[in-house]
Amino acid sequence: MEKTIDSHSFLDFAYQLYQTMKTNEISLVYEGEVTQEITKTFTSLTEKNLAKNEESNAVQRKVFNVMVECLQNISKHADSMIDEEGEERRGIVMVSKGEESYNIITGNVIKNDKVEGLTRNLEQVNSLDKKGLSDLYKTQMREGRFSDKGGAGLGLIDIAKKTGAELRYQFKELNDQVSFFILTSTIKRK
Amino acid sequence: MEVINIQGTDDTPNVILDKGKGKFELSGRSLPEDVNLFYQAILDWIDGYAEDPNDETEFDFKLEYFNTASSKIILDILLKFEEIVESGKKVKIIWHYHEEEEDMLEAGEEYADIVEIPFEYLPYSD
Repeated sequence: MEKTIDSHSFLDFAYQLYQTMKTNEISLVYEGEVTQEITKTFTSLTEKNLAKNEESNAVQRKVFNVMVECLQNISKHADSMIDEEGEERRGIVMVSKGEESYNIITGNVIKNDKVEGLTRNLEQVNSLDKKGLSDLYKTQMREGRFSDKGGAGLGLIDIAKKTGAELRYQFKELNDQVSFFILTSTIKRK
Repeated sequence: MEVINIQGTDDTPNVILDKGKGKFELSGRSLPEDVNLFYQAILDWIDGYAEDPNDETEFDFKLEYFNTASSKIILDILLKFEEIVESGKKVKIIWHYHEEEEDMLEAGEEYADIVEIPFEYLPYSD
Protein backbone atom coordinates (compact mmCIF):
# COMPACT_ATOMS: atom_id res chain seq x y z
CA MET A 1 0.00 0.00 0.00
CA GLU A 2 2.68 2.41 1.01
CA LYS A 3 4.44 1.73 -2.27
CA THR A 4 1.40 2.89 -4.23
CA ILE A 5 1.33 6.19 -2.34
CA ASP A 6 5.03 6.63 -2.91
CA SER A 7 4.82 6.08 -6.62
CA HIS A 8 1.81 8.42 -6.73
CA SER A 9 3.66 11.19 -4.97
CA PHE A 10 6.63 10.58 -7.18
CA LEU A 11 4.46 10.91 -10.25
CA ASP A 12 3.10 14.17 -8.87
CA PHE A 13 6.58 15.39 -8.23
CA ALA A 14 7.79 14.38 -11.67
CA TYR A 15 4.79 16.03 -13.33
CA GLN A 16 5.23 19.22 -11.33
CA LEU A 17 8.88 19.31 -12.21
CA TYR A 18 7.98 18.80 -15.86
CA GLN A 19 5.43 21.64 -15.68
CA THR A 20 7.80 23.99 -13.92
CA MET A 21 10.50 23.26 -16.45
CA LYS A 22 8.17 23.86 -19.36
CA THR A 23 6.75 27.09 -17.92
CA ASN A 24 10.19 28.46 -17.24
CA GLU A 25 11.61 27.02 -20.45
CA ILE A 26 14.30 25.20 -18.56
CA SER A 27 16.07 23.18 -21.18
CA LEU A 28 18.51 21.40 -18.94
CA VAL A 29 18.84 20.47 -15.27
CA TYR A 30 21.56 18.34 -13.80
CA GLU A 31 22.60 17.47 -10.30
CA GLY A 32 25.64 15.35 -9.65
CA GLU A 33 29.31 15.07 -10.16
CA VAL A 34 30.71 17.54 -12.69
CA THR A 35 33.54 16.07 -14.73
CA GLN A 36 35.13 17.01 -18.03
CA GLU A 37 32.97 14.39 -19.76
CA ILE A 38 29.81 15.91 -18.29
CA THR A 39 31.00 19.36 -19.31
CA LYS A 40 31.55 18.21 -22.89
CA THR A 41 28.19 16.45 -23.04
CA PHE A 42 26.26 19.46 -21.74
CA THR A 43 27.96 21.99 -23.90
CA SER A 44 27.37 19.91 -27.02
CA LEU A 45 23.71 19.30 -26.06
CA THR A 46 23.20 22.99 -25.46
CA GLU A 47 24.91 23.85 -28.73
CA LYS A 48 22.58 21.56 -30.66
CA ASN A 49 19.58 23.02 -28.89
CA LEU A 50 20.62 26.58 -29.65
CA ALA A 51 21.33 25.75 -33.28
CA LYS A 52 17.87 24.21 -33.55
CA ASN A 53 16.34 27.36 -32.08
CA GLU A 54 18.22 29.37 -34.66
CA GLU A 55 19.96 31.57 -32.15
CA SER A 56 22.62 33.82 -33.65
CA ASN A 57 26.16 32.49 -33.68
CA ALA A 58 27.29 35.16 -31.28
CA VAL A 59 24.65 34.18 -28.69
CA GLN A 60 25.39 30.47 -29.17
CA ARG A 61 29.07 31.00 -28.56
CA LYS A 62 28.47 33.14 -25.50
CA VAL A 63 26.17 30.53 -23.96
CA PHE A 64 28.72 27.82 -24.74
CA ASN A 65 31.49 29.91 -23.29
CA VAL A 66 29.70 30.77 -20.06
CA MET A 67 28.61 27.16 -19.57
CA VAL A 68 32.16 25.89 -19.88
CA GLU A 69 33.46 28.37 -17.33
CA CYS A 70 30.60 27.68 -14.88
CA LEU A 71 31.02 23.91 -15.16
CA GLN A 72 34.78 24.04 -14.89
CA ASN A 73 34.41 26.27 -11.83
CA ILE A 74 32.42 23.49 -10.19
CA SER A 75 34.75 20.73 -11.32
CA LYS A 76 37.71 22.63 -9.91
CA HIS A 77 36.39 24.41 -6.88
CA ALA A 78 33.27 22.77 -5.47
CA ASP A 79 33.66 21.50 -1.93
CA SER A 80 32.06 18.49 -0.42
CA MET A 81 29.38 18.43 2.28
CA ILE A 82 31.45 16.00 4.30
CA ASP A 83 35.07 16.84 4.80
CA GLU A 84 36.46 13.36 4.30
CA GLU A 85 34.51 12.67 1.14
CA GLY A 86 37.50 13.39 -1.07
CA GLU A 87 37.62 14.64 -4.58
CA GLU A 88 34.11 14.41 -5.88
CA ARG A 89 32.98 17.76 -7.26
CA ARG A 90 29.23 17.96 -7.37
CA GLY A 91 26.86 20.68 -8.30
CA ILE A 92 23.60 21.64 -9.91
CA VAL A 93 23.34 23.17 -13.36
CA MET A 94 20.31 24.70 -15.02
CA VAL A 95 19.84 26.42 -18.34
CA SER A 96 16.66 28.40 -18.93
CA LYS A 97 15.49 30.42 -21.87
CA GLY A 98 13.46 33.57 -21.40
CA GLU A 99 12.00 36.05 -23.87
CA GLU A 100 15.06 38.22 -23.79
CA SER A 101 17.83 36.12 -22.37
CA TYR A 102 19.32 32.80 -21.41
CA ASN A 103 20.10 32.13 -17.78
CA ILE A 104 22.76 29.70 -16.70
CA ILE A 105 22.36 28.89 -13.05
CA THR A 106 24.89 26.83 -11.17
CA GLY A 107 25.05 25.84 -7.53
CA ASN A 108 27.62 24.08 -5.44
CA VAL A 109 28.76 23.57 -1.90
CA ILE A 110 31.58 25.79 -0.71
CA LYS A 111 33.48 25.93 2.58
CA ASN A 112 32.43 28.87 4.74
CA ASP A 113 35.99 30.12 5.00
CA LYS A 114 36.06 30.68 1.22
CA VAL A 115 32.88 32.73 1.15
CA GLU A 116 34.49 36.03 2.06
CA GLY A 117 37.21 35.80 -0.61
CA LEU A 118 34.78 34.71 -3.30
CA THR A 119 32.38 37.53 -2.38
CA ARG A 120 35.24 39.99 -2.70
CA ASN A 121 36.11 38.66 -6.17
CA LEU A 122 32.49 38.79 -7.29
CA GLU A 123 32.02 42.33 -5.99
CA GLN A 124 35.22 43.49 -7.65
CA VAL A 125 34.10 42.03 -10.99
CA ASN A 126 30.65 43.61 -10.64
CA SER A 127 32.13 47.02 -9.90
CA LEU A 128 34.04 47.17 -13.20
CA ASP A 129 33.01 48.31 -16.67
CA LYS A 130 34.11 46.60 -19.90
CA LYS A 131 37.48 48.33 -19.98
CA GLY A 132 38.10 47.65 -16.31
CA LEU A 133 37.28 43.96 -16.77
CA SER A 134 39.65 43.73 -19.71
CA ASP A 135 42.44 45.37 -17.70
CA LEU A 136 41.84 43.07 -14.73
CA TYR A 137 41.84 40.04 -17.01
CA LYS A 138 45.17 41.04 -18.50
CA THR A 139 46.69 41.68 -15.08
CA GLN A 140 45.50 38.34 -13.72
CA MET A 141 46.80 36.47 -16.75
CA ARG A 142 50.21 38.10 -16.42
CA GLU A 143 50.64 38.04 -12.71
CA GLY A 144 49.20 34.65 -12.21
CA ARG A 145 48.35 33.90 -8.60
CA PHE A 146 47.39 30.67 -10.31
CA SER A 147 46.85 27.47 -8.51
CA ASP A 148 47.55 24.16 -10.25
CA LYS A 149 43.87 24.10 -11.07
CA GLY A 150 44.01 27.20 -13.19
CA GLY A 151 41.76 29.70 -11.56
CA ALA A 152 42.97 33.08 -10.35
CA GLY A 153 39.37 34.19 -10.74
CA LEU A 154 39.74 34.43 -14.52
CA GLY A 155 36.52 32.47 -15.01
CA LEU A 156 34.35 35.02 -13.25
CA ILE A 157 35.96 37.95 -15.06
CA ASP A 158 35.48 36.14 -18.35
CA ILE A 159 31.80 35.47 -17.67
CA ALA A 160 31.22 39.13 -16.83
CA LYS A 161 33.11 40.24 -19.94
CA LYS A 162 31.26 37.93 -22.29
CA THR A 163 27.77 38.51 -20.87
CA GLY A 164 28.14 42.24 -20.27
CA ALA A 165 25.90 41.70 -17.26
CA GLU A 166 26.31 41.71 -13.51
CA LEU A 167 27.06 38.35 -11.88
CA ARG A 168 24.12 37.53 -9.64
CA TYR A 169 24.97 35.33 -6.70
CA GLN A 170 23.74 34.07 -3.37
CA PHE A 171 25.17 32.14 -0.47
CA LYS A 172 22.99 30.01 1.74
CA GLU A 173 24.69 28.81 4.90
CA LEU A 174 24.05 25.09 5.39
CA ASN A 175 25.93 24.59 8.66
CA ASP A 176 28.99 25.97 10.44
CA GLN A 177 31.27 24.34 7.85
CA VAL A 178 29.73 24.89 4.45
CA SER A 179 27.39 27.06 2.40
CA PHE A 180 25.59 26.66 -0.90
CA PHE A 181 26.77 29.05 -3.61
CA ILE A 182 24.44 29.96 -6.46
CA LEU A 183 25.62 31.88 -9.49
CA THR A 184 23.30 33.16 -12.21
CA SER A 185 24.76 34.32 -15.52
CA THR A 186 22.52 36.02 -18.04
CA ILE A 187 23.14 36.16 -21.77
CA LYS A 188 20.99 38.55 -23.75
CA ARG A 189 19.40 37.30 -26.95
CA LYS A 190 19.74 40.28 -29.22
CA MET B 1 63.67 19.73 -35.50
CA GLU B 2 60.90 17.27 -34.92
CA VAL B 3 57.46 18.24 -36.27
CA ILE B 4 54.50 18.49 -33.94
CA ASN B 5 51.20 17.75 -35.62
CA ILE B 6 48.32 17.12 -33.24
CA GLN B 7 44.80 16.50 -34.49
CA GLY B 8 42.18 18.43 -32.53
CA THR B 9 39.26 16.98 -30.58
CA ASP B 10 36.10 18.51 -29.01
CA ASP B 11 38.21 19.92 -26.23
CA THR B 12 41.76 20.16 -27.54
CA PRO B 13 43.10 22.19 -30.48
CA ASN B 14 44.89 21.27 -33.70
CA VAL B 15 48.54 22.08 -33.32
CA ILE B 16 51.12 22.28 -36.09
CA LEU B 17 54.69 23.26 -35.29
CA ASP B 18 56.91 22.69 -38.28
CA LYS B 19 60.15 24.62 -38.41
CA GLY B 20 61.22 23.21 -41.79
CA LYS B 21 58.03 24.27 -43.57
CA GLY B 22 57.71 27.42 -41.50
CA LYS B 23 54.22 26.46 -40.41
CA PHE B 24 52.99 27.31 -36.94
CA GLU B 25 49.33 26.94 -36.13
CA LEU B 26 46.96 26.58 -33.21
CA SER B 27 43.32 26.17 -34.20
CA GLY B 28 39.97 24.81 -33.09
CA ARG B 29 38.87 24.52 -29.50
CA SER B 30 40.91 24.53 -26.36
CA LEU B 31 39.22 23.55 -23.12
CA PRO B 32 41.17 20.58 -21.86
CA GLU B 33 40.64 19.46 -18.30
CA ASP B 34 44.33 19.71 -17.56
CA VAL B 35 45.84 22.47 -19.67
CA ASN B 36 49.36 21.90 -18.36
CA LEU B 37 49.30 18.27 -19.39
CA PHE B 38 48.18 19.11 -22.91
CA TYR B 39 50.45 22.09 -23.50
CA GLN B 40 53.68 20.96 -21.86
CA ALA B 41 55.09 19.30 -25.01
CA ILE B 42 54.16 22.39 -27.03
CA LEU B 43 55.88 24.76 -24.62
CA ASP B 44 58.96 22.51 -24.58
CA TRP B 45 59.05 22.47 -28.39
CA ILE B 46 58.90 26.27 -28.51
CA ASP B 47 61.76 26.49 -26.01
CA GLY B 48 63.81 24.33 -28.37
CA TYR B 49 62.78 26.44 -31.37
CA ALA B 50 63.73 29.65 -29.56
CA GLU B 51 67.33 28.46 -29.39
CA ASP B 52 67.62 28.55 -33.17
CA PRO B 53 64.54 30.16 -34.70
CA ASN B 54 63.85 30.89 -38.37
CA ASP B 55 64.56 34.46 -39.48
CA GLU B 56 60.83 34.99 -39.90
CA THR B 57 58.03 33.22 -38.06
CA GLU B 58 54.33 33.60 -38.80
CA PHE B 59 52.13 31.96 -36.21
CA ASP B 60 48.47 31.40 -37.08
CA PHE B 61 45.98 31.39 -34.22
CA LYS B 62 42.59 30.34 -35.49
CA LEU B 63 40.72 29.46 -32.34
CA GLU B 64 37.02 29.01 -32.23
CA TYR B 65 36.94 28.92 -28.47
CA PHE B 66 39.34 28.67 -25.56
CA ASN B 67 38.66 28.53 -21.85
CA THR B 68 40.27 30.81 -19.29
CA ALA B 69 42.82 28.20 -18.21
CA SER B 70 43.99 27.95 -21.83
CA SER B 71 44.14 31.74 -22.10
CA LYS B 72 46.98 31.82 -19.60
CA ILE B 73 48.93 29.16 -21.52
CA ILE B 74 48.41 31.02 -24.80
CA LEU B 75 49.99 34.02 -23.12
CA ASP B 76 52.93 31.82 -22.08
CA ILE B 77 53.34 30.75 -25.72
CA LEU B 78 53.25 34.36 -26.91
CA LEU B 79 55.78 35.42 -24.28
CA LYS B 80 58.20 32.81 -25.62
CA PHE B 81 57.83 34.28 -29.12
CA GLU B 82 58.34 37.74 -27.68
CA GLU B 83 61.78 36.58 -26.55
CA ILE B 84 62.48 35.50 -30.12
CA VAL B 85 61.54 39.02 -31.26
CA GLU B 86 63.89 40.44 -28.64
CA SER B 87 66.70 38.28 -30.00
CA GLY B 88 66.35 40.15 -33.30
CA LYS B 89 64.25 37.76 -35.41
CA LYS B 90 60.94 38.60 -37.03
CA VAL B 91 57.73 37.17 -35.62
CA LYS B 92 54.17 37.93 -36.64
CA ILE B 93 50.97 36.63 -35.10
CA ILE B 94 48.07 36.14 -37.50
CA TRP B 95 44.99 36.20 -35.30
CA HIS B 96 41.99 34.75 -37.14
CA TYR B 97 38.51 35.38 -35.81
CA HIS B 98 35.03 34.61 -37.00
CA GLU B 99 33.52 37.78 -38.44
CA GLU B 100 30.58 37.56 -36.01
CA GLU B 101 32.81 36.89 -33.04
CA GLU B 102 33.90 40.17 -31.56
CA ASP B 103 34.92 38.47 -28.32
CA MET B 104 37.61 36.55 -30.19
CA LEU B 105 38.90 39.72 -31.88
CA GLU B 106 39.04 41.42 -28.47
CA ALA B 107 40.92 38.47 -27.00
CA GLY B 108 43.57 38.94 -29.70
CA GLU B 109 43.75 42.66 -29.01
CA GLU B 110 44.26 41.96 -25.34
CA TYR B 111 47.23 39.74 -26.08
CA ALA B 112 48.63 42.34 -28.45
CA ASP B 113 48.47 44.86 -25.57
CA ILE B 114 50.54 42.58 -23.36
CA VAL B 115 53.23 41.25 -25.68
CA GLU B 116 55.57 43.14 -27.99
CA ILE B 117 54.84 41.20 -31.16
CA PRO B 118 53.06 42.54 -34.25
CA PHE B 119 49.54 41.15 -34.68
CA GLU B 120 47.51 40.95 -37.84
CA TYR B 121 43.77 40.32 -37.49
CA LEU B 122 42.00 38.31 -40.14
CA PRO B 123 38.24 37.77 -40.10
CA TYR B 124 36.80 34.63 -41.65
CA SER B 125 33.24 33.51 -42.31
CA ASP B 126 31.56 30.12 -42.20
